[in-house]
Amino acid sequence: MSILELKGLTQRFGGLIAVNDVDLSVEAGEIVGLIGPNGAGKTTVVNLITGVFRPSSGTVTFKGRRLDGLKPYQISRMGVARTYQVVQPFPEMSVLENVMAPAIFAAGAPSKAEAMRAADEAIDFLGLKDLRDTLASELTLAERKRLELAKSLAMKPEVLLLDEVNAGLNPAEIEIALEMIRAIAARGVTIILIEHLMKVVMSLCSRIVVLHHGAKIAEGKPDEITKNEKVIQAYLGNRYAKANAAEKPNV
Amino acid sequence: MKRPVIALIAFAIIACLPLLGDNYLLRLGTMFAMYAVLAQSWNIIGGYAGYPSFATAAFFGLGAYTGAILQGLGWPMPLAWVAAGLLAAVFAGAMGSAILHLKGHYFAIASLVLAEVLLEVTTSWTSLTGGGMGLNLPIIRMSIAAQARLFFWSMLGLAVLTFLMSWYVSAGRIGFALRCIRQNEDASSMVGINTTRYKVVAFVMSSLFVGAAGALYASWVFYIEPPDVYSVMTTIRPIVMTMLGGAGTLLGPVIGSAIFLVIEEVVWRNFLSVHAAVLGILIVGLIFYLPNGIVGAVARRFRKRGAEKGET
Repeated sequence: MSILELKGLTQRFGGLIAVNDVDLSVEAGEIVGLIGPNGAGKTTVVNLITGVFRPSSGTVTFKGRRLDGLKPYQISRMGVARTYQVVQPFPEMSVLENVMAPAIFAAGAPSKAEAMRAADEAIDFLGLKDLRDTLASELTLAERKRLELAKSLAMKPEVLLLDEVNAGLNPAEIEIALEMIRAIAARGVTIILIEHLMKVVMSLCSRIVVLHHGAKIAEGKPDEITKNEKVIQAYLGNRYAKANAAEKPNV
Repeated sequence: MKRPVIALIAFAIIACLPLLGDNYLLRLGTMFAMYAVLAQSWNIIGGYAGYPSFATAAFFGLGAYTGAILQGLGWPMPLAWVAAGLLAAVFAGAMGSAILHLKGHYFAIASLVLAEVLLEVTTSWTSLTGGGMGLNLPIIRMSIAAQARLFFWSMLGLAVLTFLMSWYVSAGRIGFALRCIRQNEDASSMVGINTTRYKVVAFVMSSLFVGAAGALYASWVFYIEPPDVYSVMTTIRPIVMTMLGGAGTLLGPVIGSAIFLVIEEVVWRNFLSVHAAVLGILIVGLIFYLPNGIVGAVARRFRKRGAEKGET
């Protein structure tokens, strides 16, 4: 049975259909990429899964339980975590306190000491140990993105939705972020990755879903997607397709 | 020694005030205790949770009238105070559930309206409240001096209870959740915080002892009327006191209310005709130069010194 399943998911904002009849099933342990042009509805899908919006129609099922209609805090307690495209730390708190919050409220740590232990583990895992007592407002963007990851790890998630965690990072920082996402996946966390950088998607994802104008236009393995005519027209563009073909002439 | 313990010792020392036998000081002490209750209560919703509530006068007036009416019906005074606090808390729970989804200015306006509505209701409901004529409370058979001491100690006791509640909030899970909500409400719900529940709890906590203080005030002054107990100043002063002392800190509201009252007395004595203007300028200046309040400024200086030491 798949761990997360979307069926006929639709979201209307007035006359605009932001997400249109999207079906998707994600197996436990997968890394699924969600790509598409700006405004395709990727972030809206994340917001529908995490309860920020209630879908106009359709269902979201996590391990056999319906998520649609629940509040964000309830969904996060069940084990579905997310990071934001625009980072959302608690600016006046230290890194440690930032990570303790999900450990206490989402993962339900029984005591402060236990929450601190869980937070320290997540902080170490993401290499933020030296910044443990720094205020979140004093971190660089790359560090804040890592803090977001640490916060979502402290929730002990089974499914993690990463909304453009690499946007705004330089190539060296992206390499580090890639390693971290791989390490998180290796712990058995199922990951849905929203990403614009095709390099990142190609190297991480076992499966890619393409959205365009709110609807799913393609789904498949990375090399199938790069050759898909619809995807090239809607998103990748001919230049990418040609460059990709030139790199691998025999494929 | 822990700071809360020092504060409790300070409260114990203040409790010895009647020994001086000065009625003026005793009255000032009672006022201080009353505003310490109001400011500390506001600090929970306004300081920790960051929701700019203007509902203090609503809770205070509701408590005053509840206490006065119940005492008029022959209830014993302490029981009337407790009932007034509980009714204010129930009112805050119901209203909070309705208006706490509003943010910033919108919440401020909605909370401000609560007192206005209660003022109208109280003024119109003449059969129960006496309307604009006001309400007299039953005379207590006790000497004037004994009464002054009784109300001083009762109000101070209420201030200590409010302090203990603030301590519980600041040290525990609730305070942590409220601080998260103040800094980023969306992210708070994403890390598993039931924001609605915590906000309503904070609003209820900010009303309970204010309602009781209103009833105590009614018993103390013997006569209440709607514009007096629902006065907008009852709302504004605790906010200014908390900002002056340091919003979102444990000791800030207590220190702020003491300093505010002292400044007010000094200004009142020296600039009788223009005291409101002088006081206003002083407040603006203090908030301008001490944006984090007295406690915040002191904490910052300590942190700075600590950082300098760390470098050398």
